[in-house]
Amino acid sequence: MSQVGLPAERPRQGTALALVILALVLSVGTYTLVGLGKKGHVPVNIALYGSIFVAGYLVAHILMRRVAPAANPALFPTAGVLTGIGFAVIFRLSGGLAAEQATWTVVGLLVFGGTLLLVRDHRQLDAYTYTIGLVGLGLLLLPIVPGIGRTINGARLWVKIGPIGFQPSELGKVFIVVFLASYLNAKRELLSVATWRLGPLRLPQPKHLGPLLLAWGVSLAVLFLEKDLGASLLYFAIFVLMIWVGTGRAAYPVIGLLLFAAGAWVGYLLLPHVQLRVDIWLHALDPSKVFGQGYGQVAQAQFGMASGGLVGAGLGRGAPYLIPSAETDFIFAAIGEELGLLGTVAVLLLYVVLVGKGLATAIRCSDGFGKLLATGLSAAIALQTFVIVGGVTRAIPLTGVTLPFVSYGGSSLFANFVILALLVRVSSGPAPRRKRVA
Amino acid sequence: MDRQIRRLGAALLVLLLVLLAQINYVQVFAASGLADNPANARRQQIAEYGVDRGSILADDGSTVLAVSRKSAGVLRYQRRYPNGPLYADATGYYSPVYGRSELEQAYNTFLTGDAPELLPQSLADLILGRPKQGASIITAIDPNVQRAAEQALGGLPGAVVAIEPSTGNVLALYANPTYNPNQLSAQDEEVVRAAWQSLNADPSKPLVSRANDELFPPGSTFKLVTASAALQNGYGPDSLWPNPHVLDLPNTTHALQNFGGEHCLGGVSRITLADALRVSCNVVFGEVGLALGADRLAAQARAFGFAPNASSGNVPFDIPFQTGVFPDPSYFQQRLPAVALSAIGQDNVTANPMQMALVAAAIANGGVEMRPRLVTEIRGPNGQIVKSYEPQPYSRPLTPENAALLTQMMVGVVRSGTGTAAQIPGVSVAGKTGTAQHGEGLPPHAWFVSFAPAEAPQVAVAVIVLDGGSLGSEATGGRVAAPIAKAVMEAALGR
Repeated sequence: MSQVGLPAERPRQGTALALVILALVLSVGTYTLVGLGKKGHVPVNIALYGSIFVAGYLVAHILMRRVAPAANPALFPTAGVLTGIGFAVIFRLSGGLAAEQATWTVVGLLVFGGTLLLVRDHRQLDAYTYTIGLVGLGLLLLPIVPGIGRTINGARLWVKIGPIGFQPSELGKVFIVVFLASYLNAKRELLSVATWRLGPLRLPQPKHLGPLLLAWGVSLAVLFLEKDLGASLLYFAIFVLMIWVGTGRAAYPVIGLLLFAAGAWVGYLLLPHVQLRVDIWLHALDPSKVFGQGYGQVAQAQFGMASGGLVGAGLGRGAPYLIPSAETDFIFAAIGEELGLLGTVAVLLLYVVLVGKGLATAIRCSDGFGKLLATGLSAAIALQTFVIVGGVTRAIPLTGVTLPFVSYGGSSLFANFVILALLVRVSSGPAPRRKRVA
Repeated sequence: MDRQIRRLGAALLVLLLVLLAQINYVQVFAASGLADNPANARRQQIAEYGVDRGSILADDGSTVLAVSRKSAGVLRYQRRYPNGPLYADATGYYSPVYGRSELEQAYNTFLTGDAPELLPQSLADLILGRPKQGASIITAIDPNVQRAAEQALGGLPGAVVAIEPSTGNVLALYANPTYNPNQLSAQDEEVVRAAWQSLNADPSKPLVSRANDELFPPGSTFKLVTASAALQNGYGPDSLWPNPHVLDLPNTTHALQNFGGEHCLGGVSRITLADALRVSCNVVFGEVGLALGADRLAAQARAFGFAPNASSGNVPFDIPFQTGVFPDPSYFQQRLPAVALSAIGQDNVTANPMQMALVAAAIANGGVEMRPRLVTEIRGPNGQIVKSYEPQPYSRPLTPENAALLTQMMVGVVRSGTGTAAQIPGVSVAGKTGTAQHGEGLPPHAWFVSFAPAEAPQVAVAVIVLDGGSLGSEATGGRVAAPIAKAVMEAALGR
């Protein structure tokens, strides 16, 4: 009972530490370069922010070593580099916002540790399917509640209770994924039994399509009541992908796509702001529109990335502050301006590593719930990244979501570190018991 | 389930490929098109102001007309003009809101370091990671002469141009009222906009240089052109002309009068061409004009650089130059009396100090008119000469012999004619006055055109004082403009 396979884990721990140190070098190095590029000297707060990152990452590493020793060594450092680059770019845009983001990073790391300590085995979560589902739904719809909901930039995403304002949908997303993983794992057999055929598609019994329709309804509610196109799209896509992975039935994505098309079409017809988003996407650079408000924002992002070219203007040397919302939704364009195509590709590859390791965790996990959970969380990061990067680069219409770990914002960082903690937990398996009696 | 997860991974990789294709498109393939988008002006401006723009220097290579200084604002450099308004008509302005003018505009690619001549330097900077630096412009402007022009003109509305006849070097270019280009180059857009609005609301148009960019009737200074035409067509300085009290003009009841209604030289019956110039006799020059005819007058004016209309001038100059205007001969077919009026610089003849200084410089330079030039040299950031501009002749309006004869006639003007106020002790000065009517009841423009020393000219000067300056309707070129020209010539001769 005393040997828990520790000798085999040692090399991986060495790798993990090396990767954390690499993440620190990249994060603090980027921050220092911003200071040099912007003001010609090392940032004055280098000691403060440097030690926050060094201490935070190392403490997180030590904690993982104790409560999640078998975790995939690349997950945390990859997210750490993204957080560090995000902080540096936010610092480049505004010292004040950087101070706030540093606070959020500390909060995020605490939440990361807290989640790992609280969820010692991911299967614990499987026991609270409907509680978690209801909490998730509640968080999602909280901004609709009169009195506490706030509309910012046309979308009703914010909740303000007393002095604290936050975006509950960010965390709601995590709860929804946990709920779906638990629910789909339980109903997997039922949902995958094909009883009737529609052309080449084998469909489950119509009554089992209920959850699909429910998710569609919730997504539409988010779209119509909160005017949040991005979140709506995201929830529905995550749900469809998870149900497909859970059941193996191609019918679900096909029907999901049809429902999505229907919802998008109705939304486009009924909601002026959706029409505007599409028009901005298609015509952001038209000479007659490029000076318009929403159009100009997207156009400025294109100008910024174009000015970066292959290698970028250099950290602190471009003009990313000309891009509206450069610290949040448009941070990818700010990275493109100062770090060039090399920088944007590097950031995308970090997401490939993060999502790839997340999916590998899902495959390696032995229980169905864990598989679905890791898949859903990875897909959430991947889709959110695609939606915002695609929107900023004009590959798809812009919908305002944050770039995970990179964008400025407490709610986003909070939720993403919870996602990271859950991925680490699934990849590691149950925490070792603290005191073993031999 | 694992099969689906792998397929999901593959599907996500397809999304990644979409993003990679799109960022390649935006950051590489469409980049130059996006850079030129009109909505991208601010970014272009920030890039432009991120370069240490070259200086504009006086002929001594050290007096700074315009310089870039590091700034704490969003724009890394700010343009400063240490002498304020003094050189504004030559340098122009360099404004983050309203662009550039004059030398700042004409030599922009050198000043920014983008000119092809600077390529070796920029490549070296790029490879060594040095910030790009613009080249400096060495002008022909002599700070002493420029300052003398400013001081001699004082607060009077008008303009002064001084040229070195043998090279065409513009030693001074000054106009009143002028403006302070520092206000237009400020980083605070509000300051810039306010200054711009008040400058444009000013009816005296401070942003348009009266030295070279506006046109005025040249009055009797144009008699230098008419006299040149007479000499070139065989009428010597001693040719005799009838001297009536007034000249009856053909095909009309109007008559041409002398200044103040006088009868030239006390009413002698005949008068030489030289004396007519010396006392600025309108009647005789009207006769000369009619004798020569519109074709010959126009041809002579063309040779000096006058164009048939305001848009067809062709004298090359570093900054916008509105050459003088003398109408096409066809204009006179139905207006024969206008030939006489044009011969004395009235009717549709117009000019400015730059044009008249060129006329004086051509006479001074043995009949060869040199191209005016403000810029003599471009120097790279390390002081190496990148490009130099050699003096070039523009035209030969006079034979050397006729130029010498006309010089002697002009010396007479200053020695004992209308231009005595321009006399400099110990130096023989050649000059010509002008008192140009430009509207019923309006005080005349006072002109003086001169060069010195007459035997080996070093400087040619043209001065205009608008609306008679302080003397108003009592003004003449000899009383108001000649002392200013004298002061400028003295400065140029080092006196």
